[in-house]
Amino acid sequence: MSATETRPETAMQAERAVTIFERGRPGRRAFVPPRLDVPERDGAELLPTHLRRAEPARLPEVSEPELVRHYVRLSRRNFDLDSGFYPLGSCTMKHNPRLHERVAALPGHARLHPLQNPRHAQGALEVMFNLERALGEIAGLPHVCLQPSAGSHGELAGVLLTRAYHESRGETRTKVLAPDTAHGTNPATVTMAGLEVVKVGTNPDGGVDLDDLRAKADSDVACLMLTNPNTLGLFDPNIEEIARIVHDVGATVYYDGANLNAVMGISRPGDMGFDIVHFNLHKSFTQPHGGGGPGSGPIAVSERIAPFLPTPLVVRRDDGTFDLDYDRPQSIGRLRGFQGNYGCFVRAYAYICSLGADGLRDASETAVLNANYLLARLQREGVAELLPLAYGNGRCMHEFVLSGAPMKKELGIKTLDLAKRLLDHGVHPPTVYFPLLVDEALLIEPTETETKETLDAFADTVAEILREAREDPELVRNAPYSTPVRRLDEAAAAKQPVIRQPL
Amino acid sequence: MTRYTTTTDDDRREMLAAIGVSSLDELFAAIPDNLRFGRSLDLRAGLSELEVFAHLRDLAARNVSAEDELTFLGAGMYDHYVPAVIDMLMERSEFLTPYTPYQPEISQGGLQVMFEYQTAISELTGLPASNASVYEGPSAVAAAGYLAKLVNGRRRFVVSRGLHPHSRETLRTLSHGYGTDVTEVPLLGGVTDPQAWAEALDDEVSAVFLSHPNFLGAVEDLEPLIAAAKAHGALVVCSCDPIPLGILRTPGELGVDVAVGEGQTLGNRLDFGGPSFGFFAAAPEHLRRMPGRIAGETTDVDGRRGFVLTLQTREQHIRREKATSNICTAQALNALAGVVYLSWLGREGLVELAELLLARTAYARDTLAALPGVRRLHDRPVVREFALGLPVENLQAVERVIERCQAEGVNPGYALGRDYEEFQEGLLVAITERRSRSDIDRLAEVLSRALAAETSGSAEPAVAAGART
Repeated sequence: MSATETRPETAMQAERAVTIFERGRPGRRAFVPPRLDVPERDGAELLPTHLRRAEPARLPEVSEPELVRHYVRLSRRNFDLDSGFYPLGSCTMKHNPRLHERVAALPGHARLHPLQNPRHAQGALEVMFNLERALGEIAGLPHVCLQPSAGSHGELAGVLLTRAYHESRGETRTKVLAPDTAHGTNPATVTMAGLEVVKVGTNPDGGVDLDDLRAKADSDVACLMLTNPNTLGLFDPNIEEIARIVHDVGATVYYDGANLNAVMGISRPGDMGFDIVHFNLHKSFTQPHGGGGPGSGPIAVSERIAPFLPTPLVVRRDDGTFDLDYDRPQSIGRLRGFQGNYGCFVRAYAYICSLGADGLRDASETAVLNANYLLARLQREGVAELLPLAYGNGRCMHEFVLSGAPMKKELGIKTLDLAKRLLDHGVHPPTVYFPLLVDEALLIEPTETETKETLDAFADTVAEILREAREDPELVRNAPYSTPVRRLDEAAAAKQPVIRQPL
Repeated sequence: MTRYTTTTDDDRREMLAAIGVSSLDELFAAIPDNLRFGRSLDLRAGLSELEVFAHLRDLAARNVSAEDELTFLGAGMYDHYVPAVIDMLMERSEFLTPYTPYQPEISQGGLQVMFEYQTAISELTGLPASNASVYEGPSAVAAAGYLAKLVNGRRRFVVSRGLHPHSRETLRTLSHGYGTDVTEVPLLGGVTDPQAWAEALDDEVSAVFLSHPNFLGAVEDLEPLIAAAKAHGALVVCSCDPIPLGILRTPGELGVDVAVGEGQTLGNRLDFGGPSFGFFAAAPEHLRRMPGRIAGETTDVDGRRGFVLTLQTREQHIRREKATSNICTAQALNALAGVVYLSWLGREGLVELAELLLARTAYARDTLAALPGVRRLHDRPVVREFALGLPVENLQAVERVIERCQAEGVNPGYALGRDYEEFQEGLLVAITERRSRSDIDRLAEVLSRALAAETSGSAEPAVAAGART
C-alpha cells in the first residue's frame, strides 16, 4: 500500500468543486436595476424581434451573499505571493505594495475615460510622460512607448518596428535569430510578424555561441532577440561582440526585458548595444500578476527606430502641457485600443517614485545577492550531487538553473515530482522544464523582497525532500497530498476538452 | 535597504561569506567594466509611502474623470457602475498576487474562475469555445484575424467601417506583419453598405469583420452580410459589445465563426483605457487554433473534480515558433471581474440592464434630435449609443461645442470627425445605467446652449470648470 492511500482527506479536499452556475436557483438575484425613469416604450418597436436573441444568456442566478461566499471560497483554493515564497524563475514574483492599489483606485485615475480631451487629462499624461522618462533612463534608450499590453505584445511591437525600419531602407529581411535559451514568446512572436526564426546555439559557459552566431548572421537577418542576463541567469560577457556581429550585417538587436530585475541601475541595455527593449511592468516594476494578467509591456528604442513607434505617443508641448501625438507618418500604427494599460502605469510609476535611483539599484543588487545565496545554500552536500547547477562557474545573476537529471537517474525522482512535493511544504515551486536545453530544469528566482530566513527555509525544504526521496521515493512520486486537489489528469483534459459548464 | 527589501548589514555579511565572495561587486564580475553604469540613474530620490500617495493624488486631481463631470462619452469604453463586491474580490491577495496557474493543484481557485468565465462568455456569445481572455478589444480583433490566416492562409481581410477605428488600425498594424491586406467597406445610412460589401468579397478573402452594434451605435442586419461572406468561404469575425448582447441576436445564432470584444463594461474600471480584458469565443472547429489560455475540467488521482490549463500544445511555451499565438500573460484578474459582474447581474439582470439602456437611449436620442438643427446620423435601432449630426461645419466646431459643454460640467460625447472624414459634424453619445433621465435632460439643455453659442459665433469656450489644476 502506498503512503497516499492511508491519508485522510483534508477539509479542503472534501469540499468538492461546485461552479457558480451549479449554485444558482431560478429567481435568485444580486442586482436590482435602477427604476425606469423614461417613458415606457414598446420594446419590439425599439428593437425588432428579428434582431433579438431567442433566449436570455443562462447566467448564474445567485444572491449577493452566495456570490461573495462562492468567490471567497474559490480564492482559498489558490496559493499566492502574499501567503508564501514564490520563486518562479523568469517571472520576478516580488512583493506587490498595497500603496499601488490605493493610488490606482483614486477616481481621478480609475474613472478617467481614455478619450477624455488631453487638456482634461493632464495628470494622467504626466504620469505617462514621467514613467516614459524613467524607463528610458533605466534602459539607456530614450524613446519610449507604453502601449503594449504585456511582454509578448512588446516583443511583437519590437519585431514589427524592426520590419518597418528595414522596409524604410528598402530592405526585405526574413530571418530573426534567437538563442535556444529564449523564452517561447520570442519564436512565437517572430512567426506572428511573418518572419522566420533561426536558432543560435549556446556555448559551454551558457552564453551565445559566437561562431554559430557569425555563421548565421547574414544580410537576410532582420534582428537578434536576446535576454541578458539570459534564462540561465547568466550575464553574457560577450554582449558587445554579439551586438557588433549583428549590427555589422545591418540587423537590429532586441532585448527581452524579462530579466531586467538583475541590472536596474547597474548596466543598461542601450549601453550594451541593444536597439529595442521591452519591459515587463508586471515583473521588474511589481504590477501584481493577477493570476495571469494584467501585464504591461512598454518598449524603449534608439534614435533610428523612434520614427516607427506606435501611435499615439505622449508629448510635452512648448507651453509645458502634455498631449497625445497622432501625427506620426512613419509609425507602424496602433497595437491595441487607447493608450495602454494605464492602471499598470500608475502602479509602476508609484514604485519608481518610492525607490528612486538608489532603491532600484538596491533592488537589483539584493535580487542578485539573494539568488547567489540561495544557489550557495543549494550547492551543499546532499543536494548538489542530485541537483547541480546547469551552467556557469557557481555564480548567477538574479536567477539560476539547476538540473534534476542526476536526481532522476539516482532516485527515480523527476523535477516534476520535486515540484509537487514542494507544494506540500507550502512553497510555490520554481519554473520547471525551462529553459529547454537543460535536462529536468528547475529555474529559480527568489527576488529581492525575500528574507534570508525564507531562503534558508527553502533550501532546507529541498534538502528534506531529497532525504525523503532516498528513504521512500514513492512518497515524493505521489505528491502532493495536502493541496485542494491532488495530481490532475492533464492528458484526459486535452483529449476530450470540457471547457465550459454544460447547462 | 528599502522598505521592500529586508537584507540587513549582518545578513549581507553572512550571505556573502556563504557564497564565498568578499563583496557584492564580485557577483557582477560577468559584466564588463565598460558596461557598468558609472553614475546614478537620473531619477528623483526615493519617497516615503505618504509622499508617493500625495504625489499620485495630486496628479489624479488634475484629471477630469467621470466623477467630476456628467459624461456621455463612450466610443469603446463606458462609465458603468462597478459593484462593491468586485472591488473586494479583486483586492484579495489570492486573486491579485499569483502568477499564471502553472501548478494546478494550488491554483484551483483561479482555474475554476477561468472555467466559469469561459462558460459565461460562451453563453453571452452563443459560441461554445471561449478562451480565458486576451488583452483587450482591438487586439482581440487582430488575434481573430491571425486565427483566420492559420485556418485558410488567404491574403485579404474585408472590414466594415462600422468596426471601431482602433480595431481597424490594430488589424492593419498586425496583418502587415503576417502579410494580409485590409479592404475597408464604407457605411451607408449608418450601416455597412451591402453593395460595396458584395463587391469587396471574393475567394481570396480570409476573413470579414463586422461590429454588433457598430461604432455609430447601429444594430445592423448582419445576416445577409454574413451569408455573402460565407458564400466565398471567408471566416466571419464579429466584434461585440457584451452588455447589448444581453438582448441582441447572438453571434452563434448569426453564424459568426469568431466573436471578440472589449470586456471593460463587465465590471472593469475606465482606467484611462486599461487594464480591461478582451473576450474571444469561436465555433468548435477552431478550438485547437485559439490563442491564449484555456481552462478545462478533469479529475485528480483520487477522482475529485478539478481544473487545469488545457490544449497547451497550442501555446508559445510548448510550441514556440509553431504556436497559434505569442500571448502569455493576458488579463486573468480583469476576466475575474467580468465573470463576477455577469453573475452579479444574473440571467434576468443582464436583460433588465440592457432593456433599461435601450429605453433611456431611445429617450436621449429623441430628446437630442429634437434640438434645433440637430439630426440623427442614422435611423437604425440603437441600444446604448447613437450618432447625431450637429448643425455645424466641421470637426473643429464639434470640438468647440464639446468644450463649451464641458465648461458647464457635461461631457456630451465623442467627435466622430476624429476618425471619420465623412462624419465631420458627428457626435457619438453613450448612455449607461448611471445616466438618469434628468441627466439626459441636463445634457439637452447644455448642448442646446452650446450650439446656440457656437452658431451665433460668440467667444471661445472657457476651460472646463472641472479641471482643477
